[in-house]
Amino acid sequence: MEPGDGLHWTVWISAANSWKKRKQIMLLTIDRVQKTYPGGRPVLRDVSLDLDQGQTLALTGESGSGKSTLLNLAAALDSFDGGEITLDGTRLSTLDDAGRARLRRNQVSLVFQQFNLIPSLNVAQNLSFHARLAGVEDTTWNSHLAERLGLSDLLGRFPENLSGGQQQRVAIGRAMAARPNLLLADEPTGNLDETASETVLDLMLSLVADTGAALLLVTHSQKIAGRLDRQVKLSGGRIQ
Amino acid sequence: MNVKTLLLCLMTFFPLPLWAQGYAGLGGSAEGFDVPKAGYAFDFPKDHGPHPSYRIEWWYLTANLKGEDGRDYGIQWTLFRSALKPFETDDWQSPQIWMGHAATTTPDGHFFAERLSRGGIGQAGVISQPFEAWIDEWRMAGPDFDTLTLTANGEDFGYDLSLTAQGPLVFHGDAGYSVKSADGQASYYYSQPFYAVEGVLRLQGGDVRVTGQGWLDREWSSQPLAADQSGWDWFSLSFEGGDKMMAFRLRGGRGDFTSATWINADGSTEAIPNGTVQLTPLRTDQVAGREVPTQWRVVLPDRGVEIEVSALTPNAWMGTRFEYWEGPVTVTGSQEGIGYLEMTGY
Amino acid sequence: MTWATVQALLSHWRVHRLQLATLLIGIALATGLWSAVQAINAEARASYARANAQLAVGQFDELRDPSGPIPMSRYVELRRAGWQVAAVLEGPYRVGGRTLRLMGVDMVAYPALPAVTEAEQSAEATEPADMLTAPGRLLASPELQPLLRGQTNLPPVLITSALPPDVILTDIGVAERLLNQPGAISRLVVLPNQPRDRLPLNQIAPELKRISPTTQVDTARLTDSFHLNLSAFGLLSFAVGLFIVNGTVGLAFAQRRGMIRTLRALGVSMRRLVWLILTELTVLALIGGSLGLLLGFFLAGALLPDVAATLRGLYGAPVTGQLTLQPKWVLAGLAMAVFGTLLASGHALWRLSNMPLLEGPGVQAWQSNSRARHITAALGLILVVGGAFAYISVGGLVAGFVLLAGLLTGAALLLPALLATALSALARTAREPVSQWVWSDMRAQLPGLSLALMALLLALAANIGVSTMVSSFRLTFVGWLDQRLTAELYVTARDEDQAREITTWLRPQVDAILPIRNVELFHETGPLFLYGVVDDPVYRQHWPLIASTYSVWDDVMAGNAVLINEQLARRASLWPGDELKLSSKHYLPIAGVYSDYGNPTGQAIVSMAQLDQIAPGAEMRRFGVRMPPEGATAMAQNVREQFALSPRVVVQQAAMKAQSRAIFEKTFVVTSALNVLTLGVAGFAILTSLLTLWTQRLPQIAPVWALGLNRAQLARLELLRSVLLAALTACLALPLGLVLAWVLLAVTNVQAFGWRLPMFLFPWDWLWLFVLTLLAALIAAALPALRMLRLPPADLLRVFANER
Repeated sequence: MEPGDGLHWTVWISAANSWKKRKQIMLLTIDRVQKTYPGGRPVLRDVSLDLDQGQTLALTGESGSGKSTLLNLAAALDSFDGGEITLDGTRLSTLDDAGRARLRRNQVSLVFQQFNLIPSLNVAQNLSFHARLAGVEDTTWNSHLAERLGLSDLLGRFPENLSGGQQQRVAIGRAMAARPNLLLADEPTGNLDETASETVLDLMLSLVADTGAALLLVTHSQKIAGRLDRQVKLSGGRIQ
Repeated sequence: MNVKTLLLCLMTFFPLPLWAQGYAGLGGSAEGFDVPKAGYAFDFPKDHGPHPSYRIEWWYLTANLKGEDGRDYGIQWTLFRSALKPFETDDWQSPQIWMGHAATTTPDGHFFAERLSRGGIGQAGVISQPFEAWIDEWRMAGPDFDTLTLTANGEDFGYDLSLTAQGPLVFHGDAGYSVKSADGQASYYYSQPFYAVEGVLRLQGGDVRVTGQGWLDREWSSQPLAADQSGWDWFSLSFEGGDKMMAFRLRGGRGDFTSATWINADGSTEAIPNGTVQLTPLRTDQVAGREVPTQWRVVLPDRGVEIEVSALTPNAWMGTRFEYWEGPVTVTGSQEGIGYLEMTGY
Repeated sequence: MTWATVQALLSHWRVHRLQLATLLIGIALATGLWSAVQAINAEARASYARANAQLAVGQFDELRDPSGPIPMSRYVELRRAGWQVAAVLEGPYRVGGRTLRLMGVDMVAYPALPAVTEAEQSAEATEPADMLTAPGRLLASPELQPLLRGQTNLPPVLITSALPPDVILTDIGVAERLLNQPGAISRLVVLPNQPRDRLPLNQIAPELKRISPTTQVDTARLTDSFHLNLSAFGLLSFAVGLFIVNGTVGLAFAQRRGMIRTLRALGVSMRRLVWLILTELTVLALIGGSLGLLLGFFLAGALLPDVAATLRGLYGAPVTGQLTLQPKWVLAGLAMAVFGTLLASGHALWRLSNMPLLEGPGVQAWQSNSRARHITAALGLILVVGGAFAYISVGGLVAGFVLLAGLLTGAALLLPALLATALSALARTAREPVSQWVWSDMRAQLPGLSLALMALLLALAANIGVSTMVSSFRLTFVGWLDQRLTAELYVTARDEDQAREITTWLRPQVDAILPIRNVELFHETGPLFLYGVVDDPVYRQHWPLIASTYSVWDDVMAGNAVLINEQLARRASLWPGDELKLSSKHYLPIAGVYSDYGNPTGQAIVSMAQLDQIAPGAEMRRFGVRMPPEGATAMAQNVREQFALSPRVVVQQAAMKAQSRAIFEKTFVVTSALNVLTLGVAGFAILTSLLTLWTQRLPQIAPVWALGLNRAQLARLELLRSVLLAALTACLALPLGLVLAWVLLAVTNVQAFGWRLPMFLFPWDWLWLFVLTLLAALIAAALPALRMLRLPPADLLRVFANER
């Protein structure tokens, strides 16, 4: 699928649905979002962005450009000061702490640069944790994921006994086990060497593609960004 | 108050060194107690016994002894009575307090012991006929005052002696009325200085048979001393040839008071008034941390006496609750002889 | 450079003020509780020593007549045979409702008695005549001044601080009148410096027994086990306090790792750093220790009156209720604080000093410590088994304490392994992901919390053990009182004549009159009080026998046998079938043993006729009155009015029971107080451990949070976790506490008090303690939970971010 086709498809869908419920059209809509950290430093200024089902989008920018913040806001990890984020028809500004937690549990999956895993649970438990939390555990799918991610032999191990690449593969597995509509990843390969990086990214992209999930990925690497459908660059809290 | 104070009170009645402190109420007054008067007619054997209505009283025996080992020894056996009140009861509440001192002096040592008791319960006391004076197991007793046996024991010494009087009783001062200060304090005072002594000294090295002569003083009073008198030096001397002399000096803030009795071999006496006998220390020794005169010059010009009196054992210190010096002496000079010396207040 | 380093190190405390406070409080609590117990013990021991020295107890041999008082004639005979002995007549003497010990010594023959010589300095000088002759003088401590003031029938009183608080000292001549025993002597003290050549005792007074100081009843020896108990408690509190110090120091060091790495990178040597930190810890220990001493001093001051009452009640041991500050105590307390702090920080310091320069902050190893846990558990098992083995093979009080120590430390060491096993089991049953996470997370937290949980385990076990012991004792004691106090009224007449009058007057109006007569004898093991009883069904029905022959009462009433109390039975190993020597002429077989709580001395009961034979003339002033209970109050009033008796000599059963119970309750006030304090300290230890774990918690919590649990849920889980751990620990503490209670009842009590008590179980108390524990855990976790609730998401997000 060409990037252009994807875009075209997205536009088509959105056009087709615009007269019904606009929020059902786009999976993720970020509309003029503002975020200021305590102390008054603005991190995001009027950032707007759309992401549709099945799309992959790379968010790039320099350190401190606000890209991670934007991802955290989209993941309902934090609240914002202005504008609106709509995820699968839910306006995040209307949610309280518990509502945001429910949303994280049921609608998004996250992969961070590090400390993704729960140290006290073993690989198998980590893998299924999110899906079970969301009440959508599918053991067949879990074992498929474990096999596909090369984790079948590691299921009894604890995170501290895994390499960085293995830990990130578990994190991806956990994320995908819940069959999310949207996968959010923040520098998922940032702590890995090049080979491990490649593996992890390949696995992630192929799984996203297979499940039809959308992917919002924060990276500072142009090379990684180049493998996604779209790229948006943030600079000083604005989209360039 | 406690026993130390009790002893303090008790001892101030005795010729021992606490006069200087002038303990309140003890120097002069004698409320409720009888007071010696001149012209008293002694009644024997009754007067050998105790006089509870007088404040203080003693049976004071010293003896100069010669061992079959050829060495000189001395012994002391003393029973003091002190009345807190002028009567006697027959239980623990008796106000009569008794104190015994016993000692043995050898040429190279001095051993002593002390006993305390109250009257009334039978632990200590004196009866006159047959005569018995005792405290605990210490005892001086016999059918009469002329024939006595004497025993005492300490941790490290003891003796069993028999005494036989070879002469009559001797009365000091004015027929037994002995003045003790210029202010007129006085006591009843008589002696038996003619005892022949024999028996056994029990010493750490073993028993020693001894013979010798003993001198027993009897004295009782209620207010014997002037307030300023701080101590005394008392001599009982037996000269070769049979004459004897008792002499004392009461050392007072207002000057010394001396008195003496010359005793002829037949027992007749001459009282020698205050200021006549001269008693002068010649040398002192360090005894129990004090300077104690252990050699004296004794001069009695009327009798041609000019003698030196020297301690057999300078360290004859009675380390009893209230301390004094008491030990045998030898006499050289115009007369030769032996005797006993008691010094208090050093 | 040193100063700059010091400033850098100290800046940590400026930022972490709460931590500094926690550390100081931990040191202060440990030092305070320990020092309080030490101060109490020292004060009590000093009191005994003073009393013993002043009254010359335990210094000299004594002569006693096992069949009763020594007549004065014997004393004089001994004296006149050369024996240097001093007569002492002593006995209980009631003044204003309080029983004091009246001690009459022969002040003439025994002038070296320290109390007498010391009194000279403190009491106003008195004429010896006043002291020795009627009416005499009494010497008493200042504590007795209010009691003795205004007693018109007593001789004048001289106050001296040289005496123990419960003793009146006087001359024997005064004592024989006050005690109404003319010519009687309780015992003769064999003075030092005996003369040579004295007759042996058996030729003078063959009935007298010479007793060496070691077999005399010495309060210090009698109360040793009581103080051992207190010390054990103090040490426990100290250990529990150190758990707090350990937790806080561990946290502070962990947080300062970065700073220390920087300082080292800047060229400060590790050696210098270690010395500086050691100095810092010592200074902190001294500050905390001083606070603790202050705390301990006030605590001891608050507890001492009760301890003194206990010791008086249980052992008749004289203890003043006042605390004196001793420099030795201050120094020991500070030394203990420094020692404890360094001990508790040793591990953290060692790890810090071995930290490689370039090591990163590192992730806590969550699973690798199972090996350490197994070693600890094995050690614990060895200690438990070793303690049990020591007890079985050796026995006795010390072995009992070895058993206790082994049991407690062993169980504490076993705790982490047991908890881990329990949590694994629970995790396996968990179906839900969150509960699964909670169990596994608790298990992961164990290493960090185990010290605090050990502290909790010890505190809980001690609590259960001691309260079971006290409650069992209370139950037994109350039941025993009901059995023992059977008469409705107890009357003490002024003298025998009045007693006869009263009984004649009473007899037609009541069911029965039970005379209470006793005499003090002497047994090899100490004083022995012999009581005579008349044959009344009440004894046969109610007397609390714990061992008896078949025809026990028939034998006793026929004058053929004797009953003894449990204390005597255990002390002298005498049981039914054995024979008791009451005097040189009287031997009786023992028909039964009865329980007799709250009494330190031996006791025996014979028929009234037998008592008259053994000790003719035992006074007859006290008696019990049996009558319908509803008329008792009116009758008591009648007796008082008829015979002009004061209320305290005509006592009703109910009042007597109430009084006995009050004394009992007072006895264990200290124990309960220490119990509560220990539990409080354990709760505080949990709090500090949780705070310590806090920084390590974030990487644990952040992923869960990110996956969709909100902070309120997480905070609730924090609380739940703490409560669950405490609950599990409490469940394990219960059996441990019961074993502890058993040891206290069956081993320690027998040794310490001379009686064995049945063990009762008090599930409601446990439930209450359980609730209290959960509450303590809840409170301890409240602060971390609140922090969780208020945690900004940014802090959680930072976990995942690059800059970590």
